[in-house]
Amino acid sequence: MAGRKLPAAVIGVGQTHHRAARKDVSMPGLLREAIDRALEDAQMTLDEIDAIVVGKAPDLFEGVMMPELFLADAIGAVGKPLLRVHTAGSVGGSTAIVASSLVQSGVHKKVLTVAYEKQSESNAMWALSVPIPFNMPVHAGAGGYFAPHVRSYIRRSGAPTHIGAIVAAKDRQNALKNPYAHLKNPDTTVESVLASQMLWDPIRYDETCPSSDGACALVIVSEDEAARSSNPAWIHGTVMRSEATTAAERDQVNPQASRDAAAALWKQAGITNPLEEIDEAEIYVPFSWFEPMWLESLGFAAEGEGWKLTEAGETAIGGKIPVNASGGVLSSNPIGASGMLRFGEAALQVRGAAGEHQVDGARKALGHAYGGGSQFFAMWVVGAEKPSN
Amino acid sequence: MRDVAVVGFAQRQMKEFDGSPTCVELLVPLFAECYEQTGWTRKDVGFWCSGSSDYLAGRSFSFVQAVDAIGVIPPVNESHVEMDLAWAMYEAWIKIQTGEVDTALVYAFGKSSAGVLRRTLSLQLEPYTMTPIWPDTVSLAGLQARVGIDQGVWDEAAMAEVANRSLTDAEKNEHAIRSGGSSVEELLARPMYADPLRKHDCAPVSDGAAAIVLAAEGKADEVCERPAWISGISHYVDSMSLGTRDLTRSPSAQRAGAAVDLNGVEVAELHAPFSHQELILRTELGLGDDVRINPSGGALTANPMFSAGGIRVGEAARRIWSGEASKVLAHATSGPALQQNLVTTMEAR
Repeated sequence: MAGRKLPAAVIGVGQTHHRAARKDVSMPGLLREAIDRALEDAQMTLDEIDAIVVGKAPDLFEGVMMPELFLADAIGAVGKPLLRVHTAGSVGGSTAIVASSLVQSGVHKKVLTVAYEKQSESNAMWALSVPIPFNMPVHAGAGGYFAPHVRSYIRRSGAPTHIGAIVAAKDRQNALKNPYAHLKNPDTTVESVLASQMLWDPIRYDETCPSSDGACALVIVSEDEAARSSNPAWIHGTVMRSEATTAAERDQVNPQASRDAAAALWKQAGITNPLEEIDEAEIYVPFSWFEPMWLESLGFAAEGEGWKLTEAGETAIGGKIPVNASGGVLSSNPIGASGMLRFGEAALQVRGAAGEHQVDGARKALGHAYGGGSQFFAMWVVGAEKPSN
Repeated sequence: MRDVAVVGFAQRQMKEFDGSPTCVELLVPLFAECYEQTGWTRKDVGFWCSGSSDYLAGRSFSFVQAVDAIGVIPPVNESHVEMDLAWAMYEAWIKIQTGEVDTALVYAFGKSSAGVLRRTLSLQLEPYTMTPIWPDTVSLAGLQARVGIDQGVWDEAAMAEVANRSLTDAEKNEHAIRSGGSSVEELLARPMYADPLRKHDCAPVSDGAAAIVLAAEGKADEVCERPAWISGISHYVDSMSLGTRDLTRSPSAQRAGAAVDLNGVEVAELHAPFSHQELILRTELGLGDDVRINPSGGALTANPMFSAGGIRVGEAARRIWSGEASKVLAHATSGPALQQNLVTTMEAR
């Protein structure tokens, strides 16, 4: 009945230098910066690309309705199939998954995908806060929305209150090794994070992600096309799951959609013990505490135990499960691209191409994204070897 | 390629939907209709994909609450495109091709009446140079129609013929929001709206939603006596830049048509929101006089944004289910002046 996915691999990864405001480039210029790097990495030209998939979060972030239509020219989509994905904060991941499915289905052989956000074009807080009739206003912004989830996690797990600061200090130090990262704060330590302004108790200023302009692009190809690359990142599993936004029975600390997605992903990728088998994880952590929360939800640790991996330094480069060696969302957050950056950074790790933030000997890595109010999830596992399953 | 068929379709088209722009109230009964047609529950659906626009809804994340219409406890395998239903269907068709799932329900919605549609759509244009001038959809279509008339590619009578046929056919479509044919002479005597376009040359501003059910071989035959098997599906995009395009042409429509086998098509549902655009599409797709165009009345009689393209697929598939036709074509468009186009053919076995 159900067939088998054809093998697909990432052979090109490109990203922009992420900044609060990339005033030196237009939207097309920003996308081309990422696309050109991905194509150069893949040693390919735009002419060779069969189809293009664009992803980004809400159009109100830039103030252009369906911007892929005007971008078609600049990104080389004219005369090709063009798709536009939008699944909230998980969109960078979902977009990469849609692009890989174009190859895994056998419909295309060489697909370019690009995700971006140019938040400086508009005002993201305004875009998120448009009053909706008959809806409870959020007002608080993302930090205010997630702070109660974090408090609940601390209460349930009994985690010491400095765990979040450990994550923030680690990711900011990792970012110093990533030439593309937005935040470069060499002096960030656990103490300095704990001394920063409390914004939404228990989330402090230094425990939040920045607001960035940036883009990420991937070249995903079929098995025969992957032969041109000396280090393809093979896609071992992809998954998307969504759950309800408003439902009394939702567990927003450890959502069922997240647990279901992880279970399906590990099964597809033939992984039984993620802590032992995954060498690096790029996890969507916009607020520091989400590292231990997602470690548990993803099955790297038992419920209530995730913070112990963080506290023991196991999520740092050189630890048992390095998380966000790139500096993660805490160091660069071009919203629509953030998920694809996680997917792309995971690919760089298994290709041995992550440069200074390379995790030694990484063979399998996780790319993870989530969105909305923790109800949308997109994940993939990439590996240095062609999948045998 | 796996054989995949359209086995369910439900729609609503209306002048003004008295409800929220998330259209959840519209979607729930549409899903119920799809379940009734297939005998499924939501647990039989392997993949969900929706199409909608935040700008149309006047808010960010408009699809988020629409997802609640599914009843997503437990969680589902779900995605969303900021595109018309036809492209949501394409993503689902791809998903089925990967073998990950065997079935999909795709849906789309839009409440155009919540704003001034022609003005909202002008925000699709190139933002640094074109948007500030606020050229609106109807004016751009007027320019396109004028180019064709001036070059002798079509004339006002040919446009009126399209409108008259559409309005006449719409009399038999309970979902149409504009109907009632008369004659080419009578239509041409009506006042200009955006010269050379008269009101009947332009799709009515419409609210609505639609849902389509896809199933792979093995599942499709179980739930549908005569499934509409997708024998080809293809889509392409052109440049947006209106100044560099020959507006009498639609290369992406031509290319999409050339990528599928159009031989033997008996019925074609074309998504042409302006009468002259049907003339362009017929030429680009090489559809002869023997092909029945838009028996539903087409987009000139109702054009709910983000579902109208997919409604063409559903309307065409219905002709297969009923035995009326054995090969049909459906087309969807997006972007200013036929910029992006999708073509699919469906066949009986």
